[in-house]
Amino acid sequence: MSCEETGLLLDAALDGELDARSAMGVEKHLSGCTVCRSRYEARRNLAGTIHSYAEYFEAPQHLHARVQGKLRKEDQSDAKERPAISPIAKRWIAVAAGVVLFALVTTLVVNLLKRSSGSELLAQEVVAGHIRSLMTDHLVDVASSDRHTVKPWFNGKLDFAPTVRDLALQGFPLAGGRLDYLGGRPVAALVYRRNQHSINLFQWPSPAQDASARAASARGYNLLQWKQGGMTYWAISDLNASELAEFERDLRN
Amino acid sequence: MGRKIDLNRFEATVLPYLSAAYNLARWLSRNPQDAEDIVQESYLRALRSFDGFRAGGDGRAWLLGIVRNTCFTWMRRNRPEAMTMAFDESRYTATAGFQDPEAVLLEKIDSKVLHQAIEDLPYEFRETLILRELEGLSYKQIATVVGAPLGTVMSRLSRARKELQRRLCEAPQEAQP
Repeated sequence: MSCEETGLLLDAALDGELDARSAMGVEKHLSGCTVCRSRYEARRNLAGTIHSYAEYFEAPQHLHARVQGKLRKEDQSDAKERPAISPIAKRWIAVAAGVVLFALVTTLVVNLLKRSSGSELLAQEVVAGHIRSLMTDHLVDVASSDRHTVKPWFNGKLDFAPTVRDLALQGFPLAGGRLDYLGGRPVAALVYRRNQHSINLFQWPSPAQDASARAASARGYNLLQWKQGGMTYWAISDLNASELAEFERDLRN
Repeated sequence: MGRKIDLNRFEATVLPYLSAAYNLARWLSRNPQDAEDIVQESYLRALRSFDGFRAGGDGRAWLLGIVRNTCFTWMRRNRPEAMTMAFDESRYTATAGFQDPEAVLLEKIDSKVLHQAIEDLPYEFRETLILRELEGLSYKQIATVVGAPLGTVMSRLSRARKELQRRLCEAPQEAQP
């Protein structure tokens, strides 16, 4: 343990608030370091000084009566303000309150679901898909930088033929592809690389019109979503936003 | 009927800690009259939120948490200047070429000097120091009272002591006549 670390733990050691391992570490350091040892002694001396000389202000005699009187008064005025309610009435009030609460919660939940509908929920799934692919080390089912290997691999696995482009010249070499599942349907996931970063490109057919890219970020990842030629695309990576936009431009050109 | 028993139970739970409440309010407000008002308001607040207190819980830490919060809002409302008052550096002129102030063994401290040095500590440091040194609370209890994580309590207390030590080194060891 260094002097700096010991300094941070000195007070907790003094107050007996350290776990056994840290306490032993501090002890060991103090036995070999005179600077920290003398600081420790000075700190202990200070604590003793405060105990002995700093005043503990006892509540004055009259305060007890004053506080108690005030409490009684408050208690009585409270009792007066609230007329007695019979147990039966109480039960009915509870039932009514329950019904109102249920209605409120239901409305709230429905509204929340409505609000985070569509693309927001999908974005969450895209992020989850990306993280999952990195965590389980299951980035690709077919590992190849050759699009003529990757594209046919999807045959018979999807009800559409994904767009697979070679972007090695633009600095985004293809690493492979895999099947994933997003928004309640199987989708194609292509993996591209830029230096040490992985880009997941999800795509599936959607009837919507072409739309230019929309950027978002979540949990430290950058996302881009766009629609082109009857396909929806989502690109996600820990790459910075401008390089991800560059990837999107290269892919579309 | 039920409320009467509640009041008795309430008083049995928190009235024993009247001095703890007063001591904290007194050190934080630095004024005996203010401290009394703060304590009274704290007990009324405590009564109103007694339903939220778990029977068999730590009554002292619960009450002191309320005193602490009451004191903070009371001071901001009634003594805003005290909450923003800067530390009077002039009282503690640094002694040139002093040895490591953290390692100085203070002897024969005048209790007036000590009192003043503690009162001059920044609010949060003072609060943590009083709860630890005078109330003898554990770090965990202090964390409950001030509503801060354990690590924050630890570092505040450490800084409070360091600051106090430094100021006492620099203060005249005997009170000026």
